[in-house]
Amino acid sequence: MTQQIEEEADALARAAVGAPGPQRRPLGRRVRSTASAYGFMAPAVALVLVFFVASGLLLLILSFTDLSSANFSRAWNFIGLDNYERLFTDPFFPKIARNTVFYVVTTLIVFNLGLALVLALVTTSIPRRAGFFFRLVWLLPRLTPSVVYILMWQRIGAGDPFGIYNQIVPEFLGASGGNLIFGGSPWAFVILTNGFNGASFGMIIFTSALESIPKDLLTAAKVDGAGTWRIIRDIKIPMIKWPLLFIATYQTLSLLTSFEYILLLTEGGPGLFTTEVWALTSYKRAFATYFGNSQWGYGATWAIVLVTIALLLAVAYVKLFRFNELIEEPRIENL
Amino acid sequence: MRVELDNLTKSWDEVIGADSITLDIADGELVAFLGPSGCGKTTTLLMVAGIYKPTAGTISFDGQVVNEVAPKDRGIGMVFQSYALYPHMTVFGNISYPLRLQKLNKGVIKERVQTVADMMGIGDLLERKIAQLSGGQQQRVALGRALVKEPQLLLFDEPLSNLDARLRLTMRGEIKRLQEDLGITSIYVTHDQVEAMTMADRIAVMSKGVLQAYDVPEALYDRPKTLFVAAFVGNPPMNFFDVEVMRVNGDLRAKSDAIDLVIPHDRGEKAAAVDGKVIMGVRPEDVDVVDDASPAAEGLTLAGEAVVVEPLGREDLVGISINGVDLRVLVDKTRGVRVGDTITLVFNTSRAQFFDPETEASLLWA
Ligand SMILES: Nc1ncnc2c1ncn2[C@@H]1O[C@H](COP(=O)(O)OP(=O)(O)OP(=O)(O)O)[C@@H](O)[C@H]1O
Ligand SMILES: [Mg+2]
Repeated sequence: MTQQIEEEADALARAAVGAPGPQRRPLGRRVRSTASAYGFMAPAVALVLVFFVASGLLLLILSFTDLSSANFSRAWNFIGLDNYERLFTDPFFPKIARNTVFYVVTTLIVFNLGLALVLALVTTSIPRRAGFFFRLVWLLPRLTPSVVYILMWQRIGAGDPFGIYNQIVPEFLGASGGNLIFGGSPWAFVILTNGFNGASFGMIIFTSALESIPKDLLTAAKVDGAGTWRIIRDIKIPMIKWPLLFIATYQTLSLLTSFEYILLLTEGGPGLFTTEVWALTSYKRAFATYFGNSQWGYGATWAIVLVTIALLLAVAYVKLFRFNELIEEPRIENL
Repeated sequence: MRVELDNLTKSWDEVIGADSITLDIADGELVAFLGPSGCGKTTTLLMVAGIYKPTAGTISFDGQVVNEVAPKDRGIGMVFQSYALYPHMTVFGNISYPLRLQKLNKGVIKERVQTVADMMGIGDLLERKIAQLSGGQQQRVALGRALVKEPQLLLFDEPLSNLDARLRLTMRGEIKRLQEDLGITSIYVTHDQVEAMTMADRIAVMSKGVLQAYDVPEALYDRPKTLFVAAFVGNPPMNFFDVEVMRVNGDLRAKSDAIDLVIPHDRGEKAAAVDGKVIMGVRPEDVDVVDDASPAAEGLTLAGEAVVVEPLGREDLVGISINGVDLRVLVDKTRGVRVGDTITLVFNTSRAQFFDPETEASLLWA
């Protein structure tokens, strides 16, 4: 029984990594020990196969068709690279690409890394209980479904005569009301709403990393003559280098594919594509075109290009940040 | 630099880390803080370093109160048990860090780091990562980092505790030599009393946050003012007996059910004046094992049974029971003492100590 499972897992894992299957199963110890390793990997491999590789392949095939809500009852019509040509020649393509880079980079640097680091540094420098309470409060939006959180802000910022802001500010402060989302800077509103929530992830990771820095190191630095700023720069940040790089990588990729904040707050507007990002375009093409025509094939094309970019970025990050240095050869040798 | 601690106290809510510590350290002196775990050695040291803010009392350097002075402006170097080296920097990076913070010019930094590293015997390891060093090398780097800025005061917090016994011996000598050569006032925290006895000019013995005694090593050993000091200083530790000191025919005798020993007058007068029991202390080396009781040792001889024998190499540490009262003595190996042997012991009572059982204060030196 176990033997059988191991063999299946082995085959599965080999298929996943593209390794040739064993011709005749050798009975050496080596094979048996690697077989159990593949066995442990099997659940993860199966998930990746079903939810990433299989759906990715489907999407890729779809991107070569003109499948839409107008023609889905007929056989798939393959149109070659037409969708890709259409994407790259779209007059709004440069704008959407720029928007995406702006949205990802700004949110990442200012909030997911910057604010998160500041919050972690501050809450680990004040009395423990206060720091804990502060972080807890900051985490609350994470306990709320993000759609609810976004809609709350949407309601707060909505234009006259709606919006909590409009009810309060003109009444009590005498300032003129208006549409906080569109009247102010729509980008600022989107990025703030996302960033305040997004920073809490890094905050928690950085906090635990900062708290695990040995106290003696900080004492030594103080005695050596370092002030608060130099301790942060020379000791604390280098000591939490790996969590920083991890958050940078992880958040880049998740920001790249996130569009729910923009969809719910501005729908990419105001006007034409002002706050539209790549993932939102893909979603709109596939499911929410104005003319009631869902262009699944074309939407898939946007998605495929985005996934490709994300994969390349992931590889670049791994190489650039040398994550492989984190992984040591196992100390336990196979006997 | 002269250091004075005046009623220095540190407490956190319920916990008292250091309780009214008062002592002074002369320029160029090496003072050991000695005491069991949790007695407040590190707490006191960190107040001197400026890391902990005293709850009460003052710290003065050369007569100037420095309570409010930041650690970086106190002119101190510090060495930790954990070494506390910056793991992301090289050896050069670590040793040069205090100088880089002073924004000295690159050439000067390089020269001073090289000088200190050569002095510590790690001159050829400057480019190494910390993880690539042995424990002993790491401690030398830590020492180099403390010395490179030419501090007025060196603070050591159990710097040798993580090293193996042999290396500890070597480093002990090196630190002492360096400290004397450079003439830097030093505070050396340790719970190893051999380290304290061999290195320190004076020893501050602490217990539960309180300074128990502060004196030169010989004085602590020969003239302990409290029971705690007598018990803590010396290895193997002093033996204690509950006795009553009384006058018998003009002699002073220390008596209990198991013990009856003649005590010289200069040792026992005060103990004799106490009504009731006192605690008598005798160091293991002040008890001789003999073959036969000689008449000269009349009144100084007791017999017991060996219950434990621990070979220490040159000598055996023998646990002996005298009618149910236990003591430990050092016996020459050539005697070949075995468990169960009956042993004749001669006590050198002219070196006996006496303590009040209530106050635990010495009845000789307090
Ligand atoms: N930051 C702190 N908060 C509360 N109590 C503390 C703190 N630091 C130390 N203490 C307490 O103060 C007492 C003295 O601690 P300290 O670290 O000075 O002991 P030590 O003599 O250095 O012991 P060791 O030999 O184990 O290092 C202990 O009871 C300890 O629990
Ligand atoms: Mg300590």
